[in-house]
Amino acid sequence: MAQPLIETKALKKYFKSPSGSLHAVDGVSLKIDKGQTLGIVGESGCGKSTLGRVIIRLLEATAGEVLFEGKNILKYNRNQMRNMRKEMQIIFQDPYASLNPRMTLSEIIAEPIKVNKLLKNRAEIEKRVTKLMDTVGLAQRLINSYPHELDGGRKQRIGIARALAVEPKFIVCDEPVSALDVSIQAQILNLMMDLQEEMGLTYMFITHDLSVVKHISDEIAVMYLGQCVEKAPSDQLFQNPLHPYTKALLSSIPLPSLKNKGNKRDIIKGEVTSPINPPPGCRFAPRCPHATEECMVRDIELIKAGDEHFAACRLYGRGFDAE
Amino acid sequence: MAEKTKKKSFYIAVWKRLKKNKLAMIGLSILIIMLTIAVFADIIADYDTLAIKQNINIRLEGVSKEHWFGTDSYGRDIFARIVHGSRISLIIGIFAVSIPLVIGGLIGAIAGYFGGLLDNILMRLMDMLLAIPAILLAIAIVAALGPGMINLLIALSIAGIPGYARIVKSSVITIKDLEFVEAAEAIGAGTTRILIRHILPNILGPVIVQATLGIASTIINAAALSFIGLGIQPPKPEWGSMLSEGREYIRQAPHLITFTGIAIVLTVLSLNLIGDGLRDALDPRLKD
Repeated sequence: MAQPLIETKALKKYFKSPSGSLHAVDGVSLKIDKGQTLGIVGESGCGKSTLGRVIIRLLEATAGEVLFEGKNILKYNRNQMRNMRKEMQIIFQDPYASLNPRMTLSEIIAEPIKVNKLLKNRAEIEKRVTKLMDTVGLAQRLINSYPHELDGGRKQRIGIARALAVEPKFIVCDEPVSALDVSIQAQILNLMMDLQEEMGLTYMFITHDLSVVKHISDEIAVMYLGQCVEKAPSDQLFQNPLHPYTKALLSSIPLPSLKNKGNKRDIIKGEVTSPINPPPGCRFAPRCPHATEECMVRDIELIKAGDEHFAACRLYGRGFDAE
Repeated sequence: MAEKTKKKSFYIAVWKRLKKNKLAMIGLSILIIMLTIAVFADIIADYDTLAIKQNINIRLEGVSKEHWFGTDSYGRDIFARIVHGSRISLIIGIFAVSIPLVIGGLIGAIAGYFGGLLDNILMRLMDMLLAIPAILLAIAIVAALGPGMINLLIALSIAGIPGYARIVKSSVITIKDLEFVEAAEAIGAGTTRILIRHILPNILGPVIVQATLGIASTIINAAALSFIGLGIQPPKPEWGSMLSEGREYIRQAPHLITFTGIAIVLTVLSLNLIGDGLRDALDPRLKD
């Protein structure tokens, strides 16, 4: 198999907090092939955004490796990292907060080009900015507008253009559509998919919106409390979810059909356990209907449960056979 | 259409917005008049014969044709003294605010942006300065260095640093966690660029307000130092010391403090109006 574009190995990010160490990302190992989209789903606070930021080193990892084209970028020094910035970019969730209110649209899009000295000549930069605006569907007349003069969708387009300005290979999309209206969401998602096709981009798409992730992802990883609990190709995950958390998550999608009226859903009981100094064992065990004492003893790795389908649950793979 | 897509300079845009603000324009006119008076003080009123020459025969005289603003307790022309005093007071007001603004701002920005140990060290140093009342600190510094214009400036500047450091630090902290700063990091922008291009422009509002208000209190502080003999040495005219001199005769000759007071008020007012206008003009989010 070809080398994945980006790979994480047992990646960990702990935050110090007054009451102990907060395990935001706790041993996540993922792979994303070139040109593919990996969707990361999970509820608020499960560490998906932190994972994205750790991968592109906006946050420093506590332990583990991030391999970009086979090289561990966590070991890179300042200068090497500066070059890496051209390969990896991020699109943020909140288009209101992610654009400097004091800069015009053209200044924002031109900044990555200037910072990385990709083009020196002023006219060339201007040409490139115009082209980028075309690419993301921003009208030329907006070139001197300030972010506050534009609506959310246009702002997000600026964010995309800024990310594309350095011609990256990999983009972390941190809930890029969750702050937008549904009608605009579709536009932005389609734009991102078109761009992926044209430029061969690789996405890591973080979201809590299951319908969005289904639409855009080739593969999906489900996160719960800093750990990846299930990973599978998109259709497989939706057709045949294995992990109890994934099942509960998917059954929470409302089905607009009268036939399903009165159908019972698996609703998870209890609250998310605290990510501060978590006890060993499956993070989901306290809320899991299938949990046994064995689940609480040791951490559970991702187990191969089918072709490219992995689940971190004792019910599958070896743990299942033993029962 | 072609006009609209043409790139406009940031400063030209700010100036255009500032021009629309009538109050700021009034403030700017007052300040320009003040500055002109300060520059051409020697032409307006002779320093030796009017501003410092004492004449006991005409002491505490009221407003008249010869002495527009009257005379003080030594028989010196108040108008001439205000005109010449504007040189000293404006220099003190402007420099004793801009120097600590730059130094304190830099300290605050570094402390706020980097945080951690560096923040602790810098801010505890600021706390030490802040623990001593500004005027007492200035007195101590001037007493150590000796009186004089430059030493007065140094003293007032040092006393002003912690205030600006604090206000800049707190503003930086609120801005630095916003996503656009993270975005700048993600595109590989260096620390200097992030501080200057992304953080500083977004904290100008509160800083400008603080600075314009600071000019007023600085002029008063300079006056206090002159009053106890540590600032500008008599007979040099300085607004603050003129005010404290006039205080003694407030019942017999109120014009002494009235005109000097008006001069201070006008300066402070003009700077505040300009400051308010600048704050609004620098913020593109506000409607034109």
